[in-house]
Amino acid sequence: MALFQIAEPGESAAPHEHKLAIGIDLGTTNSLVATVRSGLAVCLNDEHGRPLLPSVVRYHADGSAEVGYEAQKNQTVDPRHTIVSVKRFMGRGLADIAHIEAMPYDFVETPGMVKLRTHAGVKSPVEISAEILKGLKARAEAALFGEHGGDLVGAVITVPAYFDDAQRQATKDAARLAGLNVLRLLNEPTAAAIAYGLDNAAEGVYAVYDLGGGTFDISILRLSKGVFEVLATGGDSALGGDDFDHRIYCWVVEQARLQPLAPEDARLLMMRCREAKEFLTLNPEAPITARLSTNEMVDLKLDVPTFAAITQTLVSKTLQPVKKALRDTGLHPDEIKGVVMVGGATRMPQIQKAVGDFFRQEPLTNLDPDKVVALGAATQANLLVGNKTGKDDWLLLDVIPLSLGLETMGGLTEKVIPRNATIPTARAQEFTTFKDGQTAMAIHVVQGEREMVADCRSLARFELRGIPPMVAGAARIRVTFQVDADGLLSVSAREQTTGVESSVMVKPSYGLSDEEIAGMLQDSLTHAKDDAMARALRESQVEAERMIEATEAALAEDAHLLNAAEQEKIRASMAKLRAAAAGDNRRAINIAMDDLGFETQEFAHRRMDQSIRKVLSGRKVDEIRMGEER
Amino acid sequence: MDLTADFFSLFELPRVFRLNVSELDSRFRDVQAQVHPDRFANAPENERRLAMQWATRANEAYQTLKKPLGRARYLLELAGHDVQAENNRAMPADFLIEQLEWREAVMGARSGGDHHELEHLHNRLRGDMAERYDELGRLLDAEKDFALAADRVRRLMFLEKLLAEIDDALASLDG
Repeated sequence: MALFQIAEPGESAAPHEHKLAIGIDLGTTNSLVATVRSGLAVCLNDEHGRPLLPSVVRYHADGSAEVGYEAQKNQTVDPRHTIVSVKRFMGRGLADIAHIEAMPYDFVETPGMVKLRTHAGVKSPVEISAEILKGLKARAEAALFGEHGGDLVGAVITVPAYFDDAQRQATKDAARLAGLNVLRLLNEPTAAAIAYGLDNAAEGVYAVYDLGGGTFDISILRLSKGVFEVLATGGDSALGGDDFDHRIYCWVVEQARLQPLAPEDARLLMMRCREAKEFLTLNPEAPITARLSTNEMVDLKLDVPTFAAITQTLVSKTLQPVKKALRDTGLHPDEIKGVVMVGGATRMPQIQKAVGDFFRQEPLTNLDPDKVVALGAATQANLLVGNKTGKDDWLLLDVIPLSLGLETMGGLTEKVIPRNATIPTARAQEFTTFKDGQTAMAIHVVQGEREMVADCRSLARFELRGIPPMVAGAARIRVTFQVDADGLLSVSAREQTTGVESSVMVKPSYGLSDEEIAGMLQDSLTHAKDDAMARALRESQVEAERMIEATEAALAEDAHLLNAAEQEKIRASMAKLRAAAAGDNRRAINIAMDDLGFETQEFAHRRMDQSIRKVLSGRKVDEIRMGEER
Repeated sequence: MDLTADFFSLFELPRVFRLNVSELDSRFRDVQAQVHPDRFANAPENERRLAMQWATRANEAYQTLKKPLGRARYLLELAGHDVQAENNRAMPADFLIEQLEWREAVMGARSGGDHHELEHLHNRLRGDMAERYDELGRLLDAEKDFALAADRVRRLMFLEKLLAEIDDALASLDG
């Protein structure tokens, strides 16, 4: 289907049935799922008509997991096994997590990502997030298919723009674990920009200020003729509405002179603080009352000026990345046409004021800050699966938020891909050996802006072996970074001088391997493991069908790009795949797919090239010369 | 034409320094609209990989051609002049002395917190660079004097760095 789109962008291929795809906003505090129905993006509500799903997972003593409002309501009953704001732990080690002392969990320090000991065993944040995603998936399936069942084609999952590679990989793993086909990881502010921009036919440069429950993003985008181009992004992946709650909490503890609290009391008080914060959006004063298990009574009143004063450092902490992102674009605040506010935390009046003061304009609040990300994600998902008509076609050009680099001598980083590079992107860098006869080289991949490796996030370490012994400085090792459209990195390295290729692909070390995911999937299935096998087979068959369909469409369209012999080869490969897909040997199907992929590669390149020539041929060449350059 | 073709032919643009940048912008968008992975999100794996390669190439081409310095270096590379490799050649003393003076002026203004002076230096340097880019355009497009152009490019590399330093200084004063 995508192949048809090459020929005629903006036109749907064949009168195929509408494919069902969803957008998911996996939030720190709340999560949502949305889809496009009759051309309109809508959030899918639960059976009580509520769009939000609190991102709270409670593990019961019998090992079962409960997600959402019930878990949230009972969070003070069993705080140790009721996990809130798990997003803060995604792709993070214990040392990275702030306010750990106020958390009731039983943390297990493991290399890479932290884990939590629960009634259901030791759980990684990936597994806990997968429970939330499963809840949303079930909701979507119920809403879209009813009792008849059906298959979602895929999902777009949003992530904070400032999420690093570890956090992105963890999110993608969680979605796979929940049984979702991830069409794309989409940056939250970009999703909001899509929803806002399409609704308002916006043109010009916009800023999206996105303060969620636990993360802060600022993105600056140029919207022009159906292209959403992210110019720069910045943020703080550990700063959000939760921190405002925590400030109130500290204020209460201080005012009421409370002794260290039991976990239940701490959770209760934190809930009261959150309620007070929300109350202050529309009221000048909020009561904070709680009876603690010690029988102590907390009874305080928090007014708006006090709230603004105790959270002032947090507010200005968000403005630093705003300034930096703006600087990266080379623009001034008054060149920003509008500021889109996203995330429930932007309802706080002191935030609205600070942002308004900085950009010297009223922020745009004519959209629901809770829903806009999910709606944008659903719109993008709908486009990605090819449900589109001529007018709602657009192109999204996003960037990576943080520079990627390598450790060099003396613990310094050498940047390979700079922040704000448009993705997908690739860069290669050459290195050499520093000792005679050196046959191996350690490669350490880091992400961040600082000069010292120790101040950046370590993504992966691997060793390139088998370098032929040479004098120091003679070997030429080429390390290639590839960042895909999800913002995920893969690294390969190879020694060039001798023609001996040592090549290695790394997945950053905290990421789960496919086997681990498969294992977890199996564990989570209540049925026998045959189900997992059957599912894997079905997935291969679906992929095979997809490939045959795409190849047939390509041949129908562009057979003229091939000579008779080439066509014959492709048709033979296709027949083999068709035969394999009819059977139940998954390995045979996969081999046949690889084979067809190989046979069609050159064809696909020619088609790609043809589509570019076609779109460029509409342009006059004489306009091009001697234009103004800047 | 294929993935290994040069960046100008990827966008079907003439191989010149004085490029119409807004034309480059729109051609880049046209090409990305055809090859971007989002167009292939639901396609078979091999096509998704191919789309990533093409989109990566288009991004690289656009980034290289967008800015005049990158474009000039690329043109020289196509003409067989590797600016990087010739980089260790010493610059003339008067140019280096001029650089030192610039740097002292920037450092002085920075430590004195003199916003106005930094703005002034920024504007003066921009003016100087504009003239140099004009000259570079003539050398590359009309006179085809690549050796001299390479020398001018090396100078401009110094100046671009200096400009970035001034902008950093301005940013640090803005806090």
